[in-house]
Amino acid sequence: MSGYLLEARNVTKLFPAAGKKKVHAVSDVSLQIREGETLGLVGESGCGKSTLGRLLIRLLAPTSGEVRFRGENITALKDSDFRRIRKEMQLVFQDPYASLDPRMTVRDLVAEPIETWRLCGSREEVTDRVRELLRAVNVPEEFLYRYPHQFSGGQRQRIGIARAIAADPSFIVCDEPVSALDVSVQNQILNLLRDLKTSRKLTYLFISHDLSVVRYLADRVCIMFLGKICEIGDTEEIYTRPRHPYTRFLLDAVPVPDPSVRGKEIRLLKGEPPSPADPPTGCRFRTRCPRATEKCAASEPELRYIGGVQAACYYAEEGPA
Amino acid sequence: MNEMTLEVSGLTVCYPTEKGAIFPVKDVSLKVPAGSIVGIVGESGCGKSMTARAVMGLLRSPGKVTAGKVFLCGREITALPEKERRKLRGNEMSMIFQEPMTSLNPVMKVGKQVEEAIRLHTDCSREEAKRRTLELFREVEIPEAETRLSCYPHQLSGGLRQRVMIAMAMVCRPRLLIADEPTTALDVTVEAQILKLLEHLRDAGTSVLMISHNLGVIARVCDEVYVMYAGRVVEQASTERLFEQPLHPYSRGLFRSVRSLREGCETLETIPGVVPNLLRLPQGCSFSLRCPECGEKCEKTMPELLETEPGHAVRCFRAEGGEE
Ligand SMILES: Nc1ncnc2c1ncn2[C@@H]1O[C@H](COP(=O)(O)OP(=O)(O)OP(=O)(O)O)[C@@H](O)[C@H]1O
Ligand code: SF4
Ligand SMILES: [Mg+2]
Repeated sequence: MSGYLLEARNVTKLFPAAGKKKVHAVSDVSLQIREGETLGLVGESGCGKSTLGRLLIRLLAPTSGEVRFRGENITALKDSDFRRIRKEMQLVFQDPYASLDPRMTVRDLVAEPIETWRLCGSREEVTDRVRELLRAVNVPEEFLYRYPHQFSGGQRQRIGIARAIAADPSFIVCDEPVSALDVSVQNQILNLLRDLKTSRKLTYLFISHDLSVVRYLADRVCIMFLGKICEIGDTEEIYTRPRHPYTRFLLDAVPVPDPSVRGKEIRLLKGEPPSPADPPTGCRFRTRCPRATEKCAASEPELRYIGGVQAACYYAEEGPA
Repeated sequence: MNEMTLEVSGLTVCYPTEKGAIFPVKDVSLKVPAGSIVGIVGESGCGKSMTARAVMGLLRSPGKVTAGKVFLCGREITALPEKERRKLRGNEMSMIFQEPMTSLNPVMKVGKQVEEAIRLHTDCSREEAKRRTLELFREVEIPEAETRLSCYPHQLSGGLRQRVMIAMAMVCRPRLLIADEPTTALDVTVEAQILKLLEHLRDAGTSVLMISHNLGVIARVCDEVYVMYAGRVVEQASTERLFEQPLHPYSRGLFRSVRSLREGCETLETIPGVVPNLLRLPQGCSFSLRCPECGEKCEKTMPELLETEPGHAVRCFRAEGGEE
């Protein structure tokens, strides 16, 4: 037993692209998630966050590498053997509009996973269970027989969450669960997710491009750039002492609601993001990195420990360039 | 005397719906002084974008401006015939949107699209238009501008597409640029670049009306801010003043809801409830249903937007006396 709930070992995912090229969506990623923790996954659009999330719960099969759940290699399992583990892993989507079937009532939407896994006997028992779940996510019971379009975005996301927790999973991938919502509603959902984590002993992979969301929820954070991990470790530590040049750019760029810092020069990233179908040799960040040297082009920096966190940069000890 | 690039007074937009008329914009007045960036902040459905569209004369039917006036550089434009309005758009005022793809032609090279915009608004030769397009691409800091001219929109990143849109909007050096959530769909590092670019344009003589739901974005670039809720302006102040002392309970709720990057916390602040349906607005203050300070008067009467001190106006009975 590895002692981790979930572990990715050298996971790689290539997608076919135009002209016999391959999109390097996730490249040689290894990470571990402990039971009960929340790992935040941040990075910019297209860096492979959603792909990695889907690989971890076997909604996608890796091109190479393996994923272990409670020490067991689930990549190698036959579908029929994986079924008992499937129930343990759920996904909450970004878009509460697209992810709920508009023709189903709330009752049926939330009952679906309960019925799929045969968790209750009679129809009444199922409905009782649905009521209980709606209470857990603060959706009033009288909405039981309404349809998704009758709800606001926040309420729909609550229903999505009720579905995700219906089969009592232990691991949930939340893929940008609040990005489509209004600011005042985002916090309601984030508080709910945090409460559910404690009351139901959940473990989360929390994907977001919003660094403040991750700051609130994640015990540890993983920063990705073009399919690779740049830096991973304790959230507080990384937010106060980023080691990787890319992490620094990311944290500096977040606009803070404080007009007194207006006019303060922000370091801007140079150039354009490299293509995932044609990643740079050596360090994937080097074409944009102010610190890059020949060494960075020649070979790829491995993740290594610096203090308590891991970073993949040859010059991670040296502070901002 | 500060010259006003844009002055809007009492603007009201009406949409007939099956269940009755709604007013997504109600009695909105605002000013954009020359050489400044003015922000409108609020949540979805508060009327930010509709205000912008009404100012541009781009309301989708059956929406209609039913009251109010819009002045561009001192000239009233609300009553102008559509042909005149069209001439203003692109020449003296232009607009960029959250998703540049919706306004770019997917099957035409981006260089060509900007070229055509130039030829539409000026009578310069094809050669001249080509040359100016390249200049504009460089001005909005498109890297490798020359090769980018012959790309199709889908071959560009979101950030580059937004730059192309800005280049297009800047063809005639408009006096006013309306930017509707221009960075919402972009990554933070790209957002920082685009905001910088907007500041450059401002310095070069184009005033900006910036619409955003993000208080961080507002704080970074705006000089003045209008907070909107359910179609109305509920607070207006200089950016410094508003961030230092928001007075409207809704503004205060928005500020409390901001998540910190620097420290974690146990529970995030929220504003209870949801944005009201415009068909079922409460009789009194639109925020009364969600307001922690709501009193009897608030439920019955709509408060006026009143100055509590010069340059700071609030639509709230509690704030009128200046009390906390
Ligand atoms: N089914 C697929 N076929 C081909 N390419 C894909 C597929 N899914 C993802 N990709 C590509 O893999 C890369 C990683 O995509 P992914 O969706 O994982 O990124 P992301 O970090 O979740 O981005 P976002 O923040 O925009 O959601 C991208 O270049 C994307 O275009
Ligand atoms: S390894 Fe080199 S290129 Fe990569 S982040 Fe570090 S300094 Fe920059
Ligand atoms: Mg994604």
